[in-house]
Amino acid sequence: MNKVETKPVVKQSPAEQQHPEITADLFVPAPYEEKEDEAFAKPALSFWQEAMHRLFKNKGAVISLVVLVLLIVLALVGPMLNEHTYRSQNLAHSNLPAKISGLEWLGFDGKNAKGVDVYEQRGIETNYWFGTDEFGRDLWTRVWKGTQISLFIAVVAAALDLVIGVVYGGISSFYGGRVDNVMQRIIEILMGIPNLIVIILFILILEPGITSIILAMVLTGWVGMARVVRGQILQLKGQEFVLASQTLGASNARLIGKHLLPNVMGPIIVTIMFTIPTAIFFEAFLSFIGLGLQAPMASLGVLIEDGYKSMRSFAYKLLFPAVVISTIMICFNLLADGLRDALDPKMRK
Amino acid sequence: MIITLFVIVTATFFLMQFLPGTPFTNPEKLTEKQLALLNAKYGLDQPAAVQYLRYIGNLLQGDFGYSFQYQGRTVVSMISDRIGPSALIGLQALVFGTIVGLALGIISALRHNTILDYGSVTIAVLGMSIPSFVFAALLQYIVGVKFQLLPVALWESYASTILPSLALSVTVIATVARFIRSEMLEVLGQDYVTTARAKGLRESVVIGKHVFRNALIPVVTMLGPLAVSIMTGTLVIEKIFGVPGLGEQFTLSILVLDYSVIMGITLFYSALFILVVFLVDLLYGLLDPRIDYKQGGQA
Repeated sequence: MNKVETKPVVKQSPAEQQHPEITADLFVPAPYEEKEDEAFAKPALSFWQEAMHRLFKNKGAVISLVVLVLLIVLALVGPMLNEHTYRSQNLAHSNLPAKISGLEWLGFDGKNAKGVDVYEQRGIETNYWFGTDEFGRDLWTRVWKGTQISLFIAVVAAALDLVIGVVYGGISSFYGGRVDNVMQRIIEILMGIPNLIVIILFILILEPGITSIILAMVLTGWVGMARVVRGQILQLKGQEFVLASQTLGASNARLIGKHLLPNVMGPIIVTIMFTIPTAIFFEAFLSFIGLGLQAPMASLGVLIEDGYKSMRSFAYKLLFPAVVISTIMICFNLLADGLRDALDPKMRK
Repeated sequence: MIITLFVIVTATFFLMQFLPGTPFTNPEKLTEKQLALLNAKYGLDQPAAVQYLRYIGNLLQGDFGYSFQYQGRTVVSMISDRIGPSALIGLQALVFGTIVGLALGIISALRHNTILDYGSVTIAVLGMSIPSFVFAALLQYIVGVKFQLLPVALWESYASTILPSLALSVTVIATVARFIRSEMLEVLGQDYVTTARAKGLRESVVIGKHVFRNALIPVVTMLGPLAVSIMTGTLVIEKIFGVPGLGEQFTLSILVLDYSVIMGITLFYSALFILVVFLVDLLYGLLDPRIDYKQGGQA
């Protein structure tokens, strides 16, 4: 507190008594005017504006964001860009390497491992941009269709994690006491089980498919979110602004909706951004050990597994889905890092 | 700890009851009588509750039951046969990954915001992001198939452990490097480091004695999650490189619905995981005297 007290002079100050030659009328109060340095230089930024400002300064995060948007657009539009569908087979066109006219110098030259142009050899006119698989299905279409499905699974799983985690963590921390105790013990037990094993067991029961993969991932995935939310709310609950609001008679709903949740938004968003790549990884992982989607559906994991099987003679089949999944994971991780730094400057390391 | 294990046993057991299909191959070729005999042999004719109690009773005596897939083999013997290769590549990956990760992290913290720093941060991000099986497949293709430097699959000599361990260690390297980097950077900004420098200590002493030791403590907590990621990794890595380990057996058993083996390995993994977490907690308390579990810390 450095408030300057300006009391009007009523009595003679001790100094005046000691030095009678110094009287009060020798002093003129400095004229009060708003000093320049007290004025706001810029309009005050809201928390989110400031966070976005910090995020856009982070080159890695911005590039990742752009690449991600690009990939998402490709995933949505890609399968429609040529005449092939993800399930149409054409055995005469099987195992063709990638070929894009104009991009031959990049390796998209339609030549197989021995350097023979397979397209010329078999007299095929149409170019397959990412080549074809052993049934002659167009890999370009399948890769983007697969990206679409992988992203869909990841986003839905993350959204369900979000809802369950926020509700569970919120209730647990807000009501505290015995409720919290019981709910935390349940979480501890769930944390004790390696989640991959739960996921595998569930998929065995539910039969592989998009829904069962999502459900199995959500089954253990929400725990992380619940813990983050609980930790944050516990911290906030004791702070003055919450107490003040409570004293003013705010309802629980208002407290949660108006004061607690907005302040937890940052960590929640960061957690989601880390959940999505994890979900993509698990989906691919499950497909790779044979518990994923069934043919002719494609996800990145299924494509990687197919590609892996014929890696020795047709490396391109593994390469394209592997590059796409790695790019997605890298971008999500970088973006999440950037968001964490932007939303919580204190946590910046 | 024990409660968690118990819950896991119960949950897996009842989940198994819902599994579709039977563990016997070609059930349509078996006559009614043969099926009944087989069911009786493995106790599958009893109601679930009886099976459950019997299973728990056997577990307490260290008996995990018999495999359905392989005649007359106990689950315990299967696990002990298979654990060797898994443990070998797992430990190699853990040790190698931690050392490389520490080195990368320390270099990037000490040379903060230089090319070295950016380089190791890039490696760390790549390692975190690229799925281990994608990396393993690429590794196998480039090192094994293209250049034929190391054996691709087969489990013959020591050389065949190198690629699987390397593939597993990528995640470890990335995690450890990121973690130690941020810890070192934080410790470097602490007052006691400034004090140590002001006392005129040599830089090597400051880094070695003051910074590195303090930064290392939180890294110990990473061991739990790392052990899990290695366990997860072995499931696919062993499949890719044909390692006759526990993970490969697990994926195999899942495909043929060998209940008792799936349950046995699930239990084994869970117990291992719980043990690691417990040990890490203990170790953490020992390493960092500031943490006192008696003083009303979080239970």
